[in-house]
Amino acid sequence: MNYVLLAEQFFNGFQLGIILFLVAAGLTLIFGIMDLVNLAHGTLYMFGAFFAATFVLLTDSLILGMIIALPVMLVAGILLELTVLRTLYERNHLDQVLATFGLIIFFNEFFLIAWGPEGTGINLPPYLSGIILLPGGITVPEYRMVIIVSGLLVALFLYLLVSKTRIGMLIRAGASNREMVGALGINIKLLFTLVFGLGAVLAGFAGMIITPITQAESGMGESILILAFVVIVIGGIGSIKGAFIAAILTGLIDTMGRSFIDVALLQIMNAVAAETAGPAISSMLIYILMAVILAIKPSGLFPPKGA
Amino acid sequence: MFKKILLAAPMAALLAVPNVEAADKIKVGVVLTLTTPASIMGRQMKAAYEVAYDHLGGKMGGKDFELIFEDDGLKPNIGKQKTEKLVKKDKVDFLTGYIWSHVMGASAPVALKAGKIFVSANAGHSLYAGKKCHKNFFNAAWENSQNPMAMGSLLNKRGVKNLYVLSLNYAAGKQMVAGVERTFKGNIVGKDLVPTSHKDWSAEIAKVKAAKPDGVFVFYPGAWGLAFFTQYKQAGLDKTTPVYSVFSVDGANLPVYQKRKMKQLIGTFNTMFWAPDLPNATNKRFVADFAKKYKGQIPSHYAAQSYDSLMLIAAGVKAAGGDAKNTDAVRKGMEAADFSSVRGKIKFGKNHFPVQNFYSRQVINKGGKWQMSLRETVVEDHAPVMSNECKL
Repeated sequence: MNYVLLAEQFFNGFQLGIILFLVAAGLTLIFGIMDLVNLAHGTLYMFGAFFAATFVLLTDSLILGMIIALPVMLVAGILLELTVLRTLYERNHLDQVLATFGLIIFFNEFFLIAWGPEGTGINLPPYLSGIILLPGGITVPEYRMVIIVSGLLVALFLYLLVSKTRIGMLIRAGASNREMVGALGINIKLLFTLVFGLGAVLAGFAGMIITPITQAESGMGESILILAFVVIVIGGIGSIKGAFIAAILTGLIDTMGRSFIDVALLQIMNAVAAETAGPAISSMLIYILMAVILAIKPSGLFPPKGA
Repeated sequence: MFKKILLAAPMAALLAVPNVEAADKIKVGVVLTLTTPASIMGRQMKAAYEVAYDHLGGKMGGKDFELIFEDDGLKPNIGKQKTEKLVKKDKVDFLTGYIWSHVMGASAPVALKAGKIFVSANAGHSLYAGKKCHKNFFNAAWENSQNPMAMGSLLNKRGVKNLYVLSLNYAAGKQMVAGVERTFKGNIVGKDLVPTSHKDWSAEIAKVKAAKPDGVFVFYPGAWGLAFFTQYKQAGLDKTTPVYSVFSVDGANLPVYQKRKMKQLIGTFNTMFWAPDLPNATNKRFVADFAKKYKGQIPSHYAAQSYDSLMLIAAGVKAAGGDAKNTDAVRKGMEAADFSSVRGKIKFGKNHFPVQNFYSRQVINKGGKWQMSLRETVVEDHAPVMSNECKL
């Protein structure tokens, strides 16, 4: 067993988990509290990527560009909620799926026309493009470490927001029993707008910090959206804590699967069969995990109380 | 100009003026990917067809012809629909274009069944070079595994002993891997085929680092290349382990790489049947006129193949004395392929795939413009290995 590789893959898996968490946190709040199936959540991730890339280009500073992009994401999210999504709360899930799917198509084409087929990207400044050397010869690119640390800070912020503040109390109450919160005289419309805006900022932030690695292109939101849905199903819909644990779990299992499953398969079958089965099984692993967890705990690992 | 022709056609139909000349016109349907991120290639190919049109003076065998472009949206079912539309509604005489093996696989049967001549300008599905070869099917590009086979030979020449193989997990991606494995003589120390939805290579790059190869074979075309080469540099591997790529760094995406300042690609090697500085008169004229037509860009091999595709059709029509409906005579003319190609000389095997040289090329920065520079001939007169499975 190569322990250096194992440790490096742990960091890689953790970093993927952090990105998944940022997208899934908003998705689970919107689904859990507002009962809105928002397929366009991946589109918000794409918004973040393109906004950040544009502002970084304009300001010529990675940090400044991203700081400007965050409030812009909040405004974009709130505008989207006020103009389109607000009309969908009373509708059934199928209508919501159709309408938000329409948003995906519209914005994918929009970004394709506006930024061209090659998309755009962010070049890392020299102070972030180094490599961190850990004991034992383990190396981690500096920027991936930045993603891990900033994601953990956001998770801490969300934990404090949800468990220690009044707005967090309302969010928790909304996840448990929406009607009762409304009946108690809370302005549920305002709460929904704020939750959606928060979700948009989180997804946008994920899109921003991943762009220096994967580049920004039209349609980038869809592949992350599927994984994010897997995460919230595993974690329990409406639970931030569940989203965090499920995201890290999904990231680690996916990365470890891609790294070691072909080696493992070589022990039990010949090279040609292992080569064909390896990629197939490793891309199935997280869905297998989801199926197993659904069989044992149908409402996910950490369902919100009372739901 | 083509917009005018396209606009004029339905207008003429509206006015219902019998137009003998238009009915007599030879029609060539061109199916490309003109939307989605893959349109980087499709737009260059469209421009190359237009350059070829200009060079032919809008005539084949003395008859006027027109090009009708359609967009497949990178989807097999749409490519098939557009092919059906071109065959049934526009009544085209030839079909060409087709970037993707899976789009072509869905579309070619429609055209071949209708008795049309089909010229793939890129998609090099191995089956069509062997078992599924067809008398009316031509390919003016290559068979998928040919270029990686050339790369395998180049790796041997450059003394690479331990190779890591990275590719995409779909038909063409697997055929690329089969190609390099066929000719590379050293050890393959690791191999990863990632799904096409893949955007983060962190796990694979860590594996490459642990395997310590002296070269990495890469097939990541288009947007995959952008993300992969960025992450390869972020992991610091560009300084220790050279990348040898096929169809990942090319004339279509080099301007994008340059815009993103991805300097790690300067000096890297790839293989191809053609280079923009391949010394022959036709190529010189093509490269110069292409730059005038398309944003001052240097054409990619995609463009070169498209140019040759139309020239191949024109050679067939010329041999048939301008009678595009005489399929047998046109086919004979195309098999003879008597035209001046951007490759210098061009000849076709009995499976209608080119038998051609492959060269190594290096990315250089010349006059502030990143481009491919011809290095050496790696293999001569190379035919697809499955050619003898073709029973034509």
